[in-house]
Amino acid sequence: MLEITLFYVAATVALVATVLAMTRTNAIHALIYLIVSLLAVAVIFFLIGAPFAAALEIVIYAGAIMVLFVFVIMMLNLGEKGDQQERQWLLPKIWAGPALLAAVLFAELLYVISTVEGPVSTTAVSAKEVGLALFGPYVLAVEIASMLLLAGLVGSFHLGRRYLERDGFDDRSEK
Amino acid sequence: MSELMPVLLALTILIGGVAGAAILTWFERRLLGVWQDRHGPNRLGPLGIGQVLADMIKLLFKDDWVPPFSDKVVFIFAPTAIVVAMMMGFAVVPFAPGMMIIDVNIGLLFFLGMTSLAVYSVLLGGLASNNKYALLGGLRSAAQMVSYEVFMGLSLMGVVMMSGSFSLVDIVEAQTDVWFCFSQILGLIVFVIAGIAESHRLPFDLPEAEHELTAGFHTEYGGMKFAMFMLGEYLGLMLISCMIVTLFFGGWHGPALIGHWLPPLFWFGFKVFIIICFFVLLRAAIPRPRYDQLMSLGWKVMLPITLINLVITGAVLLWMEGAA
Repeated sequence: MLEITLFYVAATVALVATVLAMTRTNAIHALIYLIVSLLAVAVIFFLIGAPFAAALEIVIYAGAIMVLFVFVIMMLNLGEKGDQQERQWLLPKIWAGPALLAAVLFAELLYVISTVEGPVSTTAVSAKEVGLALFGPYVLAVEIASMLLLAGLVGSFHLGRRYLERDGFDDRSEK
Repeated sequence: MSELMPVLLALTILIGGVAGAAILTWFERRLLGVWQDRHGPNRLGPLGIGQVLADMIKLLFKDDWVPPFSDKVVFIFAPTAIVVAMMMGFAVVPFAPGMMIIDVNIGLLFFLGMTSLAVYSVLLGGLASNNKYALLGGLRSAAQMVSYEVFMGLSLMGVVMMSGSFSLVDIVEAQTDVWFCFSQILGLIVFVIAGIAESHRLPFDLPEAEHELTAGFHTEYGGMKFAMFMLGEYLGLMLISCMIVTLFFGGWHGPALIGHWLPPLFWFGFKVFIIICFFVLLRAAIPRPRYDQLMSLGWKVMLPITLINLVITGAVLLWMEGAA
């Protein structure tokens, strides 16, 4: 009973925080709501028996990726001008179309969920089982993801390199 | 009684953490004084411990000013984040057998998650101040902490491999005979350096480097909001010290032969005290590196060391498994 109450509280927090994250005009406020939403999702993961996924959700999403988002926002220094631009973009005629299509998908999702009998297992999945699954049946996905990350790494290195050469900061040119 | 135990312990940690941080501000200055051949605050009360009270009264009665040009809600929220996150981190620390708030099988990850959430305090504080020095301090802290978090997590994987668990109690139990500070010496070195960088204390206090950024991310903060940042920093210092003891120095286990003479809680506290003194000594002895030096130390030295440590630990463990 307690678990179900906790689940619904966390789910409500996640939904409200996500809606607020979308509707805020100030980018930093939106990001803080997104962080809260991720923390709420971590609580849900923990409650449905995936403590390892919950911990990774906090360490990686809330603790690392969102920090980089805030980092980028700081570099851009949007200020009041950014707020005004966001306010213009949040007019009903812009979001009405996507919202309608999303509502259709949402209705379908509700129908699918209502037909399935409670699939949630209450046994906790340990870190070891996650590791065995990742490097057993899903090893191909892990390898592909690592190649994708490597491509991103090489790409960002290339971009940074060109920028340095253009401004004459390249340490090779000094030789 | 056993159900009340975690609640009582949580209250003890809450009060003890705040009191400990307050006393640490004085203790650190006295210790720095000893090492730099001067006195430090020695006037108020015996050994000058009344300085703690004087500082607290001063901070409490200071004008609690919120700059009109700042982002007010975020500005006020930022200092609380670091204190809450660090306090939460203490929830998984095993002080003595059976004496911890919660023993979860993801204890170590929970600690890493809480330290990574503490970053937001510095980041949002610097951003909400709407001040160039604060912004630069916040930017530096973001890059510094995200980088050092990587090595911090990786350096602990050797310990996890050797104990076979993320649970801190299991990790302490695995050190009954030999502490991990011998077999995981590389991991220990990286974790200590990354720990200082995470709690952004001297010599890695670049986010608030006072000679170039006035006071960095907390330039606009004063009174109790500034005190919250300081409280968070000292809580972070204590938490990192507790984790170093738990992960590398056998937690509540005493040294061989004389270990059973005194209770486990004493050994834990004693070791944490030694580590805190070591951190103060580092502050007194090492100058602050330049920002690019900090970054290249991280990515060009620390990352290879942690990866080598991981490979060696894994190879030795597999070899021992094959031999057995």
